Amino acid sequence: MTTRDKILEAVRQAQPAYQELREPEIHIHQEEDLAAQFSRTLKAIGGQVYDLQALSEIFPWVIEHLDRDQRVISMIPELSEIAEGVNPQADPHSLEDIGLAIVQGQFGVAENGAIWVTEENMGVRVLPFICQHLALIINKKDIVGTLHTAYARINHADYGFGTFIAGPSKTADIEQSLVLGAHGPISLSVFILEE
Amino acid sequence: MNKTVGLFIPCYIDQFYPKVAIATLQLLEKQGLTVVYPTNQTCCGQPMANSGFEHLTGGCNELFVENFADFDYIVCPSGSCTLHIKEHLHSREEQEAKDIRKRVYELTEFLTDIVKIERLEASFPHRVGMHQSCHGQRGLHLSQMTELVAPPFSKPGKLLSMVKGLEVVELDRSDECCGFGGTFCVAEEAVSVKMGKDRVTDHLKHGAEFITGVDMSCLMHLEGILRRQKSAVQIKHIAEILNPVG
Amino acid sequence: MKELAHAALSARFNEDEPRVDWHDETLWWVRQKRDKMARSIPEWEELREGASQVKEHVLSHLSEYLEMFEEEAIKNGVRVHWAADAAEHNAIVAGILKGHGIDRMVKSKSMLTEECHLNDYLKEQGVDVVDSDLGERIVQLAGEPPSHIVLPCIHWKKEEIGELFHKHLGTPKGNADPQLLTHAARLSLRKEFLTRKVAITGVNFAVAETGEFVVCTNEGNADMGAHLADVHIACMGIEKLIPERVHLGIFLRLLTRSATGQPITTYSSHFRRPRKGQEMHIVLVDNGRSTQLGKADFRSSLKCIRCAACMNTCPVYRRSGGHSYHTAIAGPIGSILAPNLDMEKFADLPFASTLCGSCSNVCPVKIDIHVQLYKWRQVIVQKGYVGAAKKIGIETMNYTLSHPWFYRMAGKAGRWVMRVMPFAVSNKLNPWYRQREMPRAAKTSFTDWYKANKQAAGDNKR
Repeated sequence: MTTRDKILEAVRQAQPAYQELREPEIHIHQEEDLAAQFSRTLKAIGGQVYDLQALSEIFPWVIEHLDRDQRVISMIPELSEIAEGVNPQADPHSLEDIGLAIVQGQFGVAENGAIWVTEENMGVRVLPFICQHLALIINKKDIVGTLHTAYARINHADYGFGTFIAGPSKTADIEQSLVLGAHGPISLSVFILEE
Repeated sequence: MNKTVGLFIPCYIDQFYPKVAIATLQLLEKQGLTVVYPTNQTCCGQPMANSGFEHLTGGCNELFVENFADFDYIVCPSGSCTLHIKEHLHSREEQEAKDIRKRVYELTEFLTDIVKIERLEASFPHRVGMHQSCHGQRGLHLSQMTELVAPPFSKPGKLLSMVKGLEVVELDRSDECCGFGGTFCVAEEAVSVKMGKDRVTDHLKHGAEFITGVDMSCLMHLEGILRRQKSAVQIKHIAEILNPVG
Repeated sequence: MKELAHAALSARFNEDEPRVDWHDETLWWVRQKRDKMARSIPEWEELREGASQVKEHVLSHLSEYLEMFEEEAIKNGVRVHWAADAAEHNAIVAGILKGHGIDRMVKSKSMLTEECHLNDYLKEQGVDVVDSDLGERIVQLAGEPPSHIVLPCIHWKKEEIGELFHKHLGTPKGNADPQLLTHAARLSLRKEFLTRKVAITGVNFAVAETGEFVVCTNEGNADMGAHLADVHIACMGIEKLIPERVHLGIFLRLLTRSATGQPITTYSSHFRRPRKGQEMHIVLVDNGRSTQLGKADFRSSLKCIRCAACMNTCPVYRRSGGHSYHTAIAGPIGSILAPNLDMEKFADLPFASTLCGSCSNVCPVKIDIHVQLYKWRQVIVQKGYVGAAKKIGIETMNYTLSHPWFYRMAGKAGRWVMRVMPFAVSNKLNPWYRQREMPRAAKTSFTDWYKANKQAAGDNKR
């Protein structure tokens, strides 16, 4: 008998009588203005939020916030003027010196300021973590209220890797003092596109 | 009311704080109840059970059933003793024990839920800190606990609000445990005392002149600390505030 | 017998009262942040009930979900391993490393690997492990285990961390600025992420329906490790399963709010397939879980999602520190899990509690922790893991309290001694008396008063 069989047998013997899975009864409360809640929440957790009418408005922000010799990278075709493209076959280590990565987010979650991003949006999985600064772009209409709606929206999507990103990387491990920029990006800027 | 009440008095109140029992007795009699104290009672068995010796509590259990079987209500000025009986009373006559478990009440829950008291002839013009004894609060739901997202309420608080001149002080931590915990108070003496000292500090910081509660065990532990600190602050079981005894 | 272990260790912890106050206040503050978050969600109690029900269902169907998860994971290109105990788990991990000829790796937070003492084992095998979570890196450099499952170095002051970093990372002497220290760690660990080829992560939730698993961090260290490594090994206890992806909604809403009072961790990463060219492994670990599963009174402890809300709220934990529990997972949940692993070694833990019940009421999955603590006490005593002196003391108490005439006599005698010869009890041998005055002995017991005043007056006889 393999360990696998031994464990499964032990679990089978030990588990209690089958209890049906009833769908939990949860009366979800959410705010009226989801975009406002999203912005407020994200700012409270250390993110920067900008409202844009058009994607092109991001250009001056990038120019203002970055040193000329810092690498800027993005999968978004409209940004090819200011950012290099992402090669999904690239060795992740080659992205070590990225200053700013601009990634398309799929949607935002108002209750926690998080944005859902998958490998499809990143190109290379390490990209939104290894860059010094991260910018995410979402459409205003793509902000949902809670994680319940979020997962209903994700549904059975066939991603190899996906993540919710809520703010810049952080830690409070030193005497509960909040420090932004642990191992991931030092800052997160979210651009909400009006459409 | 023509109902009979069996008065259930914790062993440490019987031995160390008889005034609390007298106050309880008188308070219940004032509600027009016939109150009897079965003199053969001893203890609910909690000290043994909480120490892992529940299997030895048969003697206490049978004694309890013997003493209290015939009353309409059994009332006790202690949250933890009441909770223990409610949850752990068993007997050779198991149906008897089951019935008793339904009829046993802590004093303040009895006064608010059964007697439905609206007024009290009592005056206590002092600043009072309310210690929320854990078993009464989280076990018997005498008041709302801060852990839950739920509407606030307090049965002892409601009764204290009927006492003239009494001001309840607000605390930093309104329902943190005092650290008595039964044999814990000596088995884990360092932590037990530290917890008690912190409770005392909270009450003192907010200007309490008296600390009250529904459990004399908690108050006994806090009093031990107060007196060691030579503090002027005194403890008073809620029964003694609702019904002052000379 | 280690019955006194927690008591002795926590007594030592309490020798430095200002430090205890600092430790206690820090964790109470985390509890308050949790409260603030919980109260901002009117449906909070419904979430707890929902999460509890899902987990109860999983435990009743665990073997089926394990098989489902394995099947899906394998379809996704992930290699699945099974480990009956800590030793097997450690051997599997070492085996994967050896197979690749690797002797250096990074590890993000995994309480399971702490439980298995993986770091020590790998060190013996000549493998260098760097813990990448800042708190864990700190205790690793200090040569200590973490004291809290979410806030590993909550017991360390920033000046002490400053000294440690000066010694190991070359930060300026005397500097205790969290910003600077964190930045130094960022640079140091970045080098490790970029050069190490194997990353180990924990698993917060594993989804049976899709074979994916979720890893939650604020720092991004799990991701930096995994996405740069050639081999990603994820270690999980078999109880970490949930049925469907959609259930993550409930659990992710509860987890971080309960743990740190944040709405969510910065990263909630869902790993489903290995990166192209990467090897992904999952190690499913039993290590006593199937035994606990078979215990009707204690199986619901396996619902635990390792948020540590119970530790933050526990008035005893806050004043003992995690190390007083001498086990990887401390506090209230640890005290109902550990006796299952080794009842003799951890017989002291269920008694390190006043049974106040705060833990059960902050637990996001509604484990009746304080009820299980009581029940473990009965089991431990029945098995004989209790000191002889305590046993005799309880038996004497029981005799006294079961015999009314003896109880009254002993009471009278005791009170007489306390009044006439107070020094007989109020002395150094009496642990109560160390820091508290004894209660004043009443001249007459209530029983005697009642007999004299009520019964004598003809008021009822029973």
